[in-house]
Amino acid sequence: MLKIVGYPDRYSVAPGEKIAFHISLEEGEAYEARLVRVLNGDSNPNGPGLDLPHLPSEVDGHYPGSVKRADAGSFMLVEGFPPLAAYAAFSFRAVVWPTLTARYSQVVAAHWDAERGAGFKLTASEGRLSLAIGDGMGSVVEESLDARMLDRKWYVISFAVDLVVGRFHLSQQALQADAGVFDSGYREGALNAVLGVTTGSLTFAGASMADGTVGEHFNGKIDGPALFEGFHDAVSLAAADVAALSPMLAATALGAWDFSDGIRTIRVTDRSPLRRTGVLVNLPARGMRGPHWTGTHHSWQTAPAEYGAVHFHEDDLYDAGWPADITWSVPEDARSGAYALHLRCGENTHDAMRETYIPFFIRPPRAATARKNRPKLAFLAPTASYMAYANHGEHITVRGVERMMGRLLHFGHQDVYLYDHPELGHSLYDKHADGSGICYSSRVRPNINCAPRYHSWLGGDGSSLYQYNADTHLFGWLAHHGVDYDVITDEDLHHEGYELLKDYRVVMTGSHPEYHSTQMWDAMKAWLDRGGRLMYMGGNGWYWRIAFHDDLPGVIEVRRAEDGIRSWEADPGEYYHSFNGEYGGLWRRCGRPPNMMAGIGFVAQGFNVSSYYRRAPDAENPRVSFIFDGVPDEIIGDFGLIGGGAAGIELDCINRLLGSPPNILRLASSEGHGALMLLVNEEFTATQPNLGGDQNERVRADLTFAETPSGGAIFATGSIAWIGSLPSHGYENNVSRITLNTLRRFLEEQPFG
Amino acid sequence: MRYKIDPDSDRVFIEEFRRNPVGNHSPGLMRVLNTLRYDPSGRQIVLFCRKPFAEWQIGEMPADRREPLVFEDSPIFTNRDEAEWEIFRRRWRAATGEDINLPLKSPENA
Repeated sequence: MLKIVGYPDRYSVAPGEKIAFHISLEEGEAYEARLVRVLNGDSNPNGPGLDLPHLPSEVDGHYPGSVKRADAGSFMLVEGFPPLAAYAAFSFRAVVWPTLTARYSQVVAAHWDAERGAGFKLTASEGRLSLAIGDGMGSVVEESLDARMLDRKWYVISFAVDLVVGRFHLSQQALQADAGVFDSGYREGALNAVLGVTTGSLTFAGASMADGTVGEHFNGKIDGPALFEGFHDAVSLAAADVAALSPMLAATALGAWDFSDGIRTIRVTDRSPLRRTGVLVNLPARGMRGPHWTGTHHSWQTAPAEYGAVHFHEDDLYDAGWPADITWSVPEDARSGAYALHLRCGENTHDAMRETYIPFFIRPPRAATARKNRPKLAFLAPTASYMAYANHGEHITVRGVERMMGRLLHFGHQDVYLYDHPELGHSLYDKHADGSGICYSSRVRPNINCAPRYHSWLGGDGSSLYQYNADTHLFGWLAHHGVDYDVITDEDLHHEGYELLKDYRVVMTGSHPEYHSTQMWDAMKAWLDRGGRLMYMGGNGWYWRIAFHDDLPGVIEVRRAEDGIRSWEADPGEYYHSFNGEYGGLWRRCGRPPNMMAGIGFVAQGFNVSSYYRRAPDAENPRVSFIFDGVPDEIIGDFGLIGGGAAGIELDCINRLLGSPPNILRLASSEGHGALMLLVNEEFTATQPNLGGDQNERVRADLTFAETPSGGAIFATGSIAWIGSLPSHGYENNVSRITLNTLRRFLEEQPFG
Repeated sequence: MRYKIDPDSDRVFIEEFRRNPVGNHSPGLMRVLNTLRYDPSGRQIVLFCRKPFAEWQIGEMPADRREPLVFEDSPIFTNRDEAEWEIFRRRWRAATGEDINLPLKSPENA
């Protein structure tokens, strides 16, 4: 359906830097490329229409293309592992927690040359353990157990082979016995096999395939894998502790990998004297409970030995790894803003979309000294939230979503492509194939739903935009009013902190700035506390705490911990980020509710239709007369491209007890919401029968204003749909006027208060 | 126990849906829709938009993602609400055995 896809190597690029694009052409042999400025990515004929003006550059032209594929699936490898054929006998052990036993051919451990069929592979097929020994000459001997492992139970597994004497044993022992369940097994006997020489990598949770990829991935946790020279019995192997090997085992160890060490990294410590460090590929989940988790400790930092497991998934993906096809050197005088690489490989037809837009932002110069005479307004592009939603696939994987949306599930050409390509990885809202939650999401892969022209199943009736493309309504509005502004991104803010913000007088957010790292939160608060003026243009902001990786660029982590709207739940004991050790989950649960930052916080969500605001008494307060200049209306925003109103999708309201400032003014509140605008679950402790907006008085968006003690101010709209009302009636409407009035006053130097 | 559609008492909600397939609905229609929108087979009806804001097709997503999406070649809808109405009528028939031989309540036939 979609015939061309791609991704940039960064979402934010500064003048003078290069940005590269990685492209897969699904049809034909060539495509056309050009750069565009993104001013409106909404093709709804009821709105102002697409506005993606061409930016002439040296990129313009035709390029040869080819199909690229991502090699999904996480695994561990030890490169250059010496041939095991050098040893007369060797043994292996690990503790495993399989999570998708229905699958065939899931490799726990392998030193395998797929082309020649040489080496060994320890595999679980439908939960049955099997050991294959190949001589590289066409003969592969397999020994299997009859007992099936069950999902989400711990098993210590081991094998030993003596290739000279010709014997083996293979063992799987459940750590917990269940009555009437025979899921442990042991076999020993003669083995007439020859181990072919392999010189490739030792792998866990996958094996090298003949085509150069790594496949046959294991779904589940692995803890404490170790290889030993010699024929060790199953009892000794079961008792082995990779962090504290007995002298006998240590003397024979070929590698003993301790996943509880270096959890922030992708490196795996080999506790054996040989120090054969492993590398985790495609970000399997770390900081995971192992078989020894007691429940006493909930952080891997306080009891690392209890967090010796890594959870591998067949659909993990960090970096698609496609070669760069187009590289653009951004001119030194490039204007900051939203841009995209537009690719075309033919005409769009009813059965094929032959174009795509790969978005990116040009930020101000990286060196502070080069940032002279910048605009006083910055748009903070919520790239962390764009990453969190990358390839959001709940409409594909979750049943019951139609009930939430209140209409048939919308599939565009991009969604059909996403359906067919799960190997591109999922969003932080999705679950892995084994049902476990996805806690890492990267931008170094196609992000199908983050693009101009993407109309979302999630985005409210009408234009149906969500996240990136919804934010393009704001770009169009800023252009219509001739507002000069810089674009900075979440990732920039995370890395550069307050220094990046300090020279801006006003920061505008996108429609849904939901995900923030501690560094981002601290920087924004520091700027606000020093006189910054925040225009919070959306809803459900500053909601989830995230972590960026120390070493890997462009990837974030979330732990869906104890509260909040969650499409999956982290398991108990797994609430701490592996990337930085922080307690994850809602900022509200970390003592920093969104109300402390934006004055208001999340209260309700509903994705079908939006509603309007009714002016509140505080609107007449002289402190906000500038906001309502020329706006005498009682009803505000009873129109819009997102659900037909300015109050919709996700709503925020004032809550003094959660940190809304005492001086906050409630300028207007939404009303008239329907049954599908539902109170969010952190707002109640016992289930109520009246959660819908048609029956619950707490369901509302508050349009608010508050001065800060240092002369700054906060304007908060409390609704994701607000931005979608800006373009209505040729950008001339009361939502647009209120926003523009506020922006103009916020840009003035005169302090508030 | 999950609600079971009663054609006699629930028929009144047909007209409400027919007038406004997407929007705020009465509690009674919500109950009917929440019931009709449940498919124990794991399959899921979807609406494929083959031309933005212009043409739609009904599709079915299988229970197992490894199986392909299946699209109906016809009808091609030029109005999203017509597709909502078509699916509502199919589901009503599946739940009650009754046909609804009425067109969508468009501005033209209101």
